[in-house]
Amino acid sequence: MKAILTLDNLASGLVTTIWTPIFVAIFLAIIAYAFWPRNKSAFDEAARLPLREE
Amino acid sequence: MSQPSISKTMTTGESGLSVVFAVTAFLCVIASAKALDAPFAFHAALSAFASLAAVFCIVNRYFDRPAALPPAEINGRPNYNMGPIKFTAVMAMFWGIAGFLVGLIIASQLAWPALNFDLPWTSFGRLRPLHTSAVIFAFGGNVLIGTSFYVVQKSCRARLAGDLAPWFVVLGYNYFILVAGTGYLLGVTQSKEYAEPEWYADLWLTIVWVTYLLVFLVTVIKRKEPHIFVANWFYLAFIVTIAVLHLGNNPALPVSVFGSKSYVAWGGIQDAMFQWWYGHNAVGFFLTAGFLAIMYYFIPKRAERPIYSYRLSIIHFWALIFLYIWAGPHHLHYTALPDWTQTLGMTFSIMLWMPSWGGMINGLMTLSGAWDKLRTDPVLRMLVVSVAFYGMSTFEGPMMSIKVVNSLSHYTDWTIGHVHSGALGWVGFVSFGALYCLVPWVWNRKGLYSLKLVNWHFWIATLGIVLYISAMWVSGILQGLMWRAYTSLGFLEYSFIETVEAMHPFYIIRAAGGGLFLIGALIMAYNLWMTVRVGEAEVQMPVALQPAE
Repeated sequence: MKAILTLDNLASGLVTTIWTPIFVAIFLAIIAYAFWPRNKSAFDEAARLPLREE
Repeated sequence: MSQPSISKTMTTGESGLSVVFAVTAFLCVIASAKALDAPFAFHAALSAFASLAAVFCIVNRYFDRPAALPPAEINGRPNYNMGPIKFTAVMAMFWGIAGFLVGLIIASQLAWPALNFDLPWTSFGRLRPLHTSAVIFAFGGNVLIGTSFYVVQKSCRARLAGDLAPWFVVLGYNYFILVAGTGYLLGVTQSKEYAEPEWYADLWLTIVWVTYLLVFLVTVIKRKEPHIFVANWFYLAFIVTIAVLHLGNNPALPVSVFGSKSYVAWGGIQDAMFQWWYGHNAVGFFLTAGFLAIMYYFIPKRAERPIYSYRLSIIHFWALIFLYIWAGPHHLHYTALPDWTQTLGMTFSIMLWMPSWGGMINGLMTLSGAWDKLRTDPVLRMLVVSVAFYGMSTFEGPMMSIKVVNSLSHYTDWTIGHVHSGALGWVGFVSFGALYCLVPWVWNRKGLYSLKLVNWHFWIATLGIVLYISAMWVSGILQGLMWRAYTSLGFLEYSFIETVEAMHPFYIIRAAGGGLFLIGALIMAYNLWMTVRVGEAEVQMPVALQPAE
């Protein structure tokens, strides 16, 4: 019978599980970045980028 | 011919690449002589010839060019490199017509099987990968490489990185297509859908693709514009992910280095899962991310309106990146794949609704304030209708990934209809729209030869798509229902051949739709040809004509 809670199982379980919260956190950070009020003018400028090239 | 001046020397790239190609030519001659099968001998001989041609072109180009390489800037303005883009535009049109034609032939074979002429080279099994590769990788690939080289230069205000490298990418990629396509006709295939090319073609594509990544990345790094425009993010995701998918799905062991046959590294359900991880992300990153880059640059440019919401474009991008990579298992519903994996694939496919529709809304709403242009500009209409088709097929796709829906739709023509509403409507139309913009820009023309012909192309092709997809919907659902129909005694109600017979009228309608789409592309080729041949040159505003303040 394999023991459920060995250090090895715990470590590999953590490593494989931790990606979900990490990815969710990164994605939330990206949303915050996109909606950060101070970034608005830079993004409005970037939206016009194709129109102001030479 | 200009005499080479004393200070003129070959660059490291020119001399190095010449030597590499000379050695390659020599090795290919040996491989051709020792080949175990005829197609391999043919491909080795073709590669020897192509390598010698490459050496000749590099040396010839060296003698023709001035001592100094083209400057990155002239009078403080970027000196854009348009040559490789022109080449991809021509190749895209050529492969597009070839691919649509082969599609029409195999559609007709399904309606009238005698059209395969009982020859191995023209059988459905060999022509079908020729069609899919020609339209996706040859037509779509040239459009993506060409537009990415244009957009990255313009939006970074920097000349394309490398001297020979951009030409190596466009010529090398088209040579890969040539080897893959002739291989299919000769029966060379590793039998993985959308990844049919054998090991030697795969190795060559890897070299070309890494060079493509480097050219794109170095151009972005050299940029004069501080912000990296969103289209470049989408292009970069496309290039990086295709590299990962190609390497992930294609590990194979050749039977001999002198033969075309190889065996894939893993078998069974692992192979199936890898294959559809590859297959679905080829849809997600080749046919979606790459063409979304086109949407984010060409629609604002053509409509002369800013992107509706740049914030939404950032979220759209990252949501696609985070979600798409998990959707592949929906291709393997009700197979030996573990149930939880199937459900995972289904769940992520449904979640993809949100970024897909976010992107569609962003593309469509970019027209706010310029909706009237849809009436007068058929090119913009084509681009906008492509985004509408994107929305439609990305609604249909997640719906079909739901397991109960899939139990009806899988293995039927409904799938073919779904793929073609995306391929003809979204990828085809956004590519046509981009080429209609790109050709006058890179050939320095005031505009297209005829907008009236664009209008004809638009309506003929739209009619073709409608015929195609509605025929396949009816046919697919009919097929699915007939397959699952039981009699009161519990026997299957229809034999398989009865379901095949029922498809016949829809196959004729589908072929007619494909024929109309091909006619549209021929009109386009004529229009673009005339634009380059007789189009009025765009006059660069001379300094003297600027009004005095």
